[in-house]
Amino acid sequence: MSQIFHPSTNTISKVSIFGSVFLAGGLLWGVVNMNRSDYLTQVAVPRKQPVPFSHKHHVSGLGLDCRHCHTSVEESAFAGLPATKTCMTCHSQVWADSPMLEPVRASFQKDEPLEWTRVHDLPDFVYFNHSIHVKKGVGCVSCHGRVDQMPLVWKQQTLQMEWCLDCHRHPEGHLRPPEQVFNMTWQPEEDQSVLGAALVLKNKVRNPTSCSDCHR
Amino acid sequence: MTRKDEVGGKDWAELRARLESARGPRYWRSLEEVAETDAFQKLLEDEFPSQASEWNDPLGRRRFLKLMGASLALAGVSSCTRQPAETIVPFARTVEATIPGRPLYFATAASLGGFATGVLVESHMGRPTKIEGNPRHPASLGASDAITQASILGLYDPDRSQVTTQAGQISSWLSFVAVLRREIEAQRLSRGAGLRILTETVTSPTLAAQLNGLLEDFPAARWHQYEPTARDSVFEGSQLAFGEVVNTVYHFDRAAVVVSLDGDFLGQGPAKLRYTRDFIEKRGSGAAGEAMNRLYVAEGAPSITGAMADHRLRLKVGEVEGFARSLAQALGVAGQTPEHEAASGRWGSWIAPLVRDLQDHRGSAIIYPGDEQPPIVHALAQAMNRALGAEGRTVTWTEAVEARPENQFESLAELARDMEAGQVEVLLILGGNPVFDAPAELGFAEQLNNIKFRAHLGLYEDETSELCHWHIPEAHYLESWSDARAYDGTATIVQPLIAPLYGGKTAHELLAAAAGAAERSAHSLVREFWRSKTSTEDFELFWKKALHEGVIEGTSSAAKSPTLRARLDAPDGRAARAQLSTLAKPAGRRLEVVFRPDASVWDGRFANNGWLQETPNPITKLTWDNPALLSPATAERLGLANEDVVEMALDGRKLEAPVWVTPGHADDSVTLHLGYGRTRGGRVAEGAGFNAYAIRTSTGRWSARGLEVRKTGKRYRLACTQDHHSMEGRHLVRAGTLAEFQQDPHFAQKLDHGGGDELSLYPGHEYKGYAWGMAIDLNRCIGCNACMVACQAENNVPVVGKQEVIRGREMHWIRVDRYWEGSLDDPKTYYEPVACMHCESAPCEVVCPVGATVHSAEGLNDMVYNRCIGTRYCSNNCPYKVRRFNFLHYSDYETPSLKLLRNPDVTVRTRGVMEKCTYCVQRINSARIETEKEGRKIHDGEITTACQSACPAQAIVFGDINDPGSRVARSKADPRHYGLLTELNTRPRTSYLARLTNPNPELEPGAVEHPEHAQQSHGGPVAGFDPQPRKRAG
Repeated sequence: MSQIFHPSTNTISKVSIFGSVFLAGGLLWGVVNMNRSDYLTQVAVPRKQPVPFSHKHHVSGLGLDCRHCHTSVEESAFAGLPATKTCMTCHSQVWADSPMLEPVRASFQKDEPLEWTRVHDLPDFVYFNHSIHVKKGVGCVSCHGRVDQMPLVWKQQTLQMEWCLDCHRHPEGHLRPPEQVFNMTWQPEEDQSVLGAALVLKNKVRNPTSCSDCHR
Repeated sequence: MTRKDEVGGKDWAELRARLESARGPRYWRSLEEVAETDAFQKLLEDEFPSQASEWNDPLGRRRFLKLMGASLALAGVSSCTRQPAETIVPFARTVEATIPGRPLYFATAASLGGFATGVLVESHMGRPTKIEGNPRHPASLGASDAITQASILGLYDPDRSQVTTQAGQISSWLSFVAVLRREIEAQRLSRGAGLRILTETVTSPTLAAQLNGLLEDFPAARWHQYEPTARDSVFEGSQLAFGEVVNTVYHFDRAAVVVSLDGDFLGQGPAKLRYTRDFIEKRGSGAAGEAMNRLYVAEGAPSITGAMADHRLRLKVGEVEGFARSLAQALGVAGQTPEHEAASGRWGSWIAPLVRDLQDHRGSAIIYPGDEQPPIVHALAQAMNRALGAEGRTVTWTEAVEARPENQFESLAELARDMEAGQVEVLLILGGNPVFDAPAELGFAEQLNNIKFRAHLGLYEDETSELCHWHIPEAHYLESWSDARAYDGTATIVQPLIAPLYGGKTAHELLAAAAGAAERSAHSLVREFWRSKTSTEDFELFWKKALHEGVIEGTSSAAKSPTLRARLDAPDGRAARAQLSTLAKPAGRRLEVVFRPDASVWDGRFANNGWLQETPNPITKLTWDNPALLSPATAERLGLANEDVVEMALDGRKLEAPVWVTPGHADDSVTLHLGYGRTRGGRVAEGAGFNAYAIRTSTGRWSARGLEVRKTGKRYRLACTQDHHSMEGRHLVRAGTLAEFQQDPHFAQKLDHGGGDELSLYPGHEYKGYAWGMAIDLNRCIGCNACMVACQAENNVPVVGKQEVIRGREMHWIRVDRYWEGSLDDPKTYYEPVACMHCESAPCEVVCPVGATVHSAEGLNDMVYNRCIGTRYCSNNCPYKVRRFNFLHYSDYETPSLKLLRNPDVTVRTRGVMEKCTYCVQRINSARIETEKEGRKIHDGEITTACQSACPAQAIVFGDINDPGSRVARSKADPRHYGLLTELNTRPRTSYLARLTNPNPELEPGAVEHPEHAQQSHGGPVAGFDPQPRKRAG
């Protein structure tokens, strides 16, 4: 009786068995990396907005403080988004006829809010609180990046849970003196790990990592 | 074992024998449990009765497998999608005082039966989400009840009427105003002879002034009031006793002995929250040097007040009057009639010890008559209170709180007579639903057709609006400007939390329109009224203060000291005599029928509220229905079992309803709860229960004799929760008498089944910061269910519906277990709220394959919804049965108005996810963040869980057990303290304080002639009842 399979079948079967292991592994690696990719997390992707508001111009150009518009960042979970009236305090005088600002004027006249596209959008089962982070010395830059250099805002960090936990487990690497929180250009004068450890003690920074600290 | 599906027939004798043969106190939950029916065994064996999910997909299993295969293959890729873009919408102009993300609280008042309870309403970005009691309000003191808690769902109810209709066609408010003006002006010639206004009980000073103004304009017009739960007996009793209508205020905080004559002062009435708090404070904890009050209750239908009683006398409702007369006679009060002395055999052994106890506590005793008892009982109670020196101590009187206290049944009857005679041309019905709830003999619906112009203002398009030409959507109280008065007269401004969702109008605006001032807003009307009433220079300050505090200072009714009349049975006591004559009728096979407002839907107005429908009745633990309640002996005599449908006939009127055998109910008596059987009024209301109004008449408004009951042979399934989540007969609820406690303060702890040696394979936890814990005092819990609904509101707990409740899938995070102890016919009742115990060694945590339930650094047993894959192993391993699985996507994600209702601080859970009590972790986190920002520790009492803050009896204490000075730590050091199932070494964080009773030694067994009472005997100091090993069915 002659052989049913040609000798080359041996090679083919070996290659396909080992190949499928690598293929499956590769697929998994691909999925994991895909999940962390800028394409999916949309890190560094500027978002289209109804009005092309430039943080770069308003912050580094005009020197506005974050809290000028994000008024509730020190008091509330939500940093707050400026009402149209806040825009109009200046723009009823400055650039009052600019066609770019037409949606702002329309909103003010009709008393209908502007609808901005969310850039930093946590899932609904995550409860993040701005005020406590600001109080304990987490700078705006640490999560939002150099907003003062973004014409249209993009996400600087993935906002994935592993990223949250990095800091919650080791806060000393990311803390600054609370009075420097809103400073876009602050750099530690000493070693961050020494300063951070001192700030943890001084400001009684806990490192909450229980599930219910963020999920409830 | 023979097949036993139901309790009934010849089983009764066996049931009695089983209970009587028990050694020591035996606690039982239901007849089915005692009888060990097959159905009960099955419930015990199944973690979730009816395991398999309902299969709604018509394509069936094959398609399901295909889809499953596909979704498994794609499972890993599902996260590989971009998050969809969402928008963020700031204000166009910032709203005053609003900080996005932080709630605001506004003081207003919720009314029931016209009487106000002060509330603080939490508002998130302009939408009210949660109601709390107002600590400054005398009727609330910070507490609230289930109905008030659920009223937030009433606001967002998608079935509320949303548009003005004329003859069923959509119209507008302005068209209505034009027609109304024409009709009203046409009445001017006759000085309003054809004009009638029908309201519910009015305490609102502004509304009363408007009504009186209109009546001045049209002197021949009439204003009628009607509410099916009107407190006519209270007024008439006051007339009998004093010759004038006064408001009686009881001071339970000063009462050492309380006798309730069928009065459910803990469960209903304008001051129930206040009375509960006062009563419980005086009840005490049994600690040395602290006196404990004593409560005697004589009642027919079991109530939560009866459940708190140290001595409960089971009487037919019609017999309570006789008891009152005997007691009055023994106390030396005039008014008794000889024929009642004959009946005194039923309570003969009670009178002497009771009188001695009362006489020993002169000046600190209260005789409390029930609202549903006839006027003479109220008059006798007033006279007895006087005789016991209660005046100015435990009982005080003020001027009437109602704008016009009157007999509302007579008022409505007068209106019906005028309608029949064709004298009514214009009828304005401001709230209420008389077509549904008017007494049956009036034929109100038929008479209504005689009226040329009839308009109805109401929250729902209901039975009444169907028969009216015009229906105007009413503004909910959370959308309204108004005012209302509390039980002591204290006025509160009702302020809106949100603009009317559906353009609803208030009664103020409708009356203003009728008077030709349609442009006046309710806001300006209320403000104008109070401006005219205050002499203060700075009205703005007065107004702001009134709104901020939620009470207007100095508005409580003026105190009075009325003089008692010499003879109580005066000629104007017509109602009293009518009641007397019915008493004399022989019973025969005919029964007494008793009508009571329902604990959930009240008189029917809350029938469309799913939260209330699904809240189990405190006594029967039934949801979604109102069966006829009767005693085991009566059921035995009539050959009836649970869920048998009977036809009840009273004076030629008939009603079919299922029966429910209720231990503790009076024999030869049937209790029907009002408010069910709605035919119109929303998707939830329609089809639930049976309409007891069909056989309710003016003369027999609360009870009547001569009910005939006939078994139809039909069966009707009822959704009862009392056997769900059973913990199988261990020492879960523990109780003893005050004497036993004094002898052995640690009696409750001695009932432990051993264990608790803290040996564990798992590493322990260390708590450096806070360690949250809870203690529930069973001596305080009255079983009112306020905690259940408060939790539902706070934690976005969904409603599942009657069919799902029958399957045992109700979602309440906290349940109130009801236990009976003692005989079948007259057991004692105990309540025990059970929520997640947050065990130190939690059995659920170690079995979760995906780590979805884990221990937090502060000792909480966290449930992580986004990790849960729905294996239900945790629930299977939980000995307390407190975990709830969302089988069928119970939360409504679609209805727009219900989205506004959700608490934004709590995840709305989806299908396939386990959930349970979190100790209100959102409140803990919020307090922790706020205090850390201020650089301090959380004070004791700064965090209150939703159940705790609602509780009128303050039975629930929550706090940091690491702080030895905290209230919860002190509770846990109380000798009455014990844990549930501690022998399993779960080390629960929630623990209990044993219930105490304070019986009168003279009334202890032997002295009472009812044979059942003898069975309540305690062998020795709380001997343990060993649960017999259960025989498994099958």
